[in-house]
Amino acid sequence: MDLHFGDSKPTDDERAAVDALLGPPESSWEGADRSDADLRWARGGREARDRRDLLLPGLHAINDRVGWISEGALDYLCRRLTVPPAEAYGVATFYAMFSVKPRPATVLHVCTDLACAAAGAQELCAGIEARVAAGVHVERSPCLGLCERAPAALAIRAGDPVRTAVSAPATVDAAVLAATAPDSAPEEPPAVMAVSQAGSDDLVLLRRVGVVDPLSLDDYRAHGGYTALRRAFELGPAGVIREVTDSGLVGRGGAAFPTGRKWQATASQPDHPHYVVCNADESEPGTFKDRVLMEGDPYALIESMTIAAYATGAHQGYLYLRGEYPRALHRLEHAIAQARARGLLGDDILGQGYAFDIGIRRGAGAYICGEETALFNSIEGYRGEPRSKPPFPVEKGLFGKPTVENNVETLVNVLPILTMGAPAYAAIGTAKSTGPKLFCVSGSVDRPGIYELPFGATLGELLELAGVREGLRAVLLGGAAGGFVRPDERDIPLTFEGTREAGTTLGSGVVMAFDDTVPLPRLLLRIAEFFRDESCGQCVPCRVGTVRQEEALHRIVERTGAAAADDIALLREVGRAMRDASICGLGQTAWNAVESAIDRLGAYE
Amino acid sequence: MTAIPLGVPRRLVEFTIDGKEARVPEGSTVLDACRAAGKDIPTLCHGDTLTPKNACRVCVVEVEGSRTLVPACSRKAEPGMTVHTDTERARHSRKVVLELLASSVDLSTTPQVAGWIKEYEAKPDRFGPEAARLNEAPKIDNDLYVRDYDKCILCYKCVDACGDQWQNTFAISVAGRGFDARIAVEHDAPLTDSACVYCGNCIEVCPTGALSFKSEFDMRAAGTWDESQQTETTTVCAYCGVGCNLTLHVQDNEIVKVTSPHDNPVTHGNLCIKGRFGYQHVQNRG
Repeated sequence: MDLHFGDSKPTDDERAAVDALLGPPESSWEGADRSDADLRWARGGREARDRRDLLLPGLHAINDRVGWISEGALDYLCRRLTVPPAEAYGVATFYAMFSVKPRPATVLHVCTDLACAAAGAQELCAGIEARVAAGVHVERSPCLGLCERAPAALAIRAGDPVRTAVSAPATVDAAVLAATAPDSAPEEPPAVMAVSQAGSDDLVLLRRVGVVDPLSLDDYRAHGGYTALRRAFELGPAGVIREVTDSGLVGRGGAAFPTGRKWQATASQPDHPHYVVCNADESEPGTFKDRVLMEGDPYALIESMTIAAYATGAHQGYLYLRGEYPRALHRLEHAIAQARARGLLGDDILGQGYAFDIGIRRGAGAYICGEETALFNSIEGYRGEPRSKPPFPVEKGLFGKPTVENNVETLVNVLPILTMGAPAYAAIGTAKSTGPKLFCVSGSVDRPGIYELPFGATLGELLELAGVREGLRAVLLGGAAGGFVRPDERDIPLTFEGTREAGTTLGSGVVMAFDDTVPLPRLLLRIAEFFRDESCGQCVPCRVGTVRQEEALHRIVERTGAAAADDIALLREVGRAMRDASICGLGQTAWNAVESAIDRLGAYE
Repeated sequence: MTAIPLGVPRRLVEFTIDGKEARVPEGSTVLDACRAAGKDIPTLCHGDTLTPKNACRVCVVEVEGSRTLVPACSRKAEPGMTVHTDTERARHSRKVVLELLASSVDLSTTPQVAGWIKEYEAKPDRFGPEAARLNEAPKIDNDLYVRDYDKCILCYKCVDACGDQWQNTFAISVAGRGFDARIAVEHDAPLTDSACVYCGNCIEVCPTGALSFKSEFDMRAAGTWDESQQTETTTVCAYCGVGCNLTLHVQDNEIVKVTSPHDNPVTHGNLCIKGRFGYQHVQNRG
């Protein structure tokens, strides 16, 4: 690889930010001053290129310090990591949180997605833009995962260290304060505020949220922490997989794949090393359950990743966390450090001679990176574009090696499976959907937040629990990739099979209630904008189809009946091709919500 | 005597295409099998010298048991699979893909596409006059070749040819995301400030004419480009000892373009700057 670098040089700040991550450069081959030794000794080759996975953390380091990524900074990072600048430029421009053009150090992300739009995000945005000073860049953002406190805004001020402030529910004053003085903005309410059932004895997954101190490992252990890992060591890897298989646990990220089968398939691969990846890139509009879990009970995720690794023979795990979750990042960094210090991560976990460690990777604003193979590419330092399957991750996943990838909620379910045993766990819920399930309820309800119910509860029961308001017009299940149902369909059982039978989807557990405040066509347009913005651009049906979908919905936003019929026919044709021919789930589901609104709710009639 | 590498003997995979038995060597793609069976499946992003990227999705076929359509270009034939190449469902997706491309990209120099648009009854105009297009101006920043990204379907072939599949120069990448994604060098700079070595192997694989010789671009602009008046002569490059094959495209006794045969077992259609662009001395008539 014969790399070409331009003449741009990094500023001292940029250089310091990269060196803080990678250490000082060791030779002129990676950016230090040239010494005599460099003339006789070329460094590079595989060893240098093998650090490509540090590209994304490197881009974060620069962006966190300076607020944007200059030519000089990008070139310096490329030199340090032996990455072609063109490829790094392609990566940097892929993510919404990075900018390759100068911008103010403070960026205020104002969520304009569904729940926030229904809570007045448009007026909020207009108010903020009128008030905000020149030193703040206001960015209209997709869902920030703070739907229970809509409307939401997240301020990020670059510097050393980078500072963040969340304002939710946001007012113009509060959001402007968060952006102009993130340090003096009021502290975010604790994660437990999203859990109105907190403290109830019926809770399984959420039982520690609000009860334990999320910063204290001792407190976690005092509340039953690490009993599941001890049980795992008693059972042995095959025993753990058997328990998980017998429990009937299926993935909670939306695809509902049997977790035990995934683990077994990974464990039995002869190729090594194996990896465990936790998908914490929670970006589906309306979803915030993983954030609440990670903020409220971070050690539970560390413990369950350790169990997954033990069962599948992995010694290295990656936790890919949404870039918009600063508090979850701090909690998890702290928890991992504590676990390492106490021998619960590292070379000899619990004295069992088993080695495992976890690295956190931050996403940078790309919904598509929640797709399992796009997430691998993102970690590896490539553009977050989905790979074509087969081969599947259990065979060729992260770094081309067998990988088990699970969502946060899925992993956390493993703890009760091991502590209560597979039969007791499988007794919860229905025969085909076992266990407890988290639902993210937001929108037109009195008590938005996370609800834990056994599978089998009906939509009506959940809405009652959350205090659904009068004038319900529609309920969105599963987020932007899900589907709308009518207010009179409250009997739909919230199980994978029940929602499928009803012709809709449970997805990641989003339940968004809408009244008439925002007209349905506006919501559909927002969903279409979301997919247009978040399409990676790799395949034609999704890259252009999402644009055509948005254009058609724009044309008919004020139309009904015959005036909309032509465009609805067009939408159906494009939607069908997106569903049939797109590479990944993003394009395949980009038309779901719109279709359900037309067919089920009679939008545009 | 020419040694023809035979490779390791491969097992045959038996499966069904459109109701007929097909037998292809293990590792063949569905597209290979279809072509062997004489079936015409449209392809745009597929390159005979590159790993299939399956980005354009115009080659999709129906495989029984698969929830979605599958790209014929990259899906390997598996024993017992049942493939339908010409169902209404597959044809619908091909039609829409052609409509989506033709409504956003200038396909005027893409071979065969006009025929497919007719065959699949695609109507790119139905998205209306306001439908977003790429609207890129040609990038003319060097004397050798032009990058006219208004014609780019983002097939990734140039990126793959420039990167680890052939050239290992890594001068270009896809930058941006979604509909705004474009092929670019670092910092979207002119080619002359990039790592480009002007081998032209990206032009060799470009399926749409988005990348073209400056000579071809200028002649097209002047209206003098006429492939029916061109001859193609394959010869051996005289610059070094490798012996790459060059195919000289000649119009009015002037070399207007240089390509290289893809079936050459050594170079697979790849050249360096000298073979690709260093032909002026041949026609220097002083």
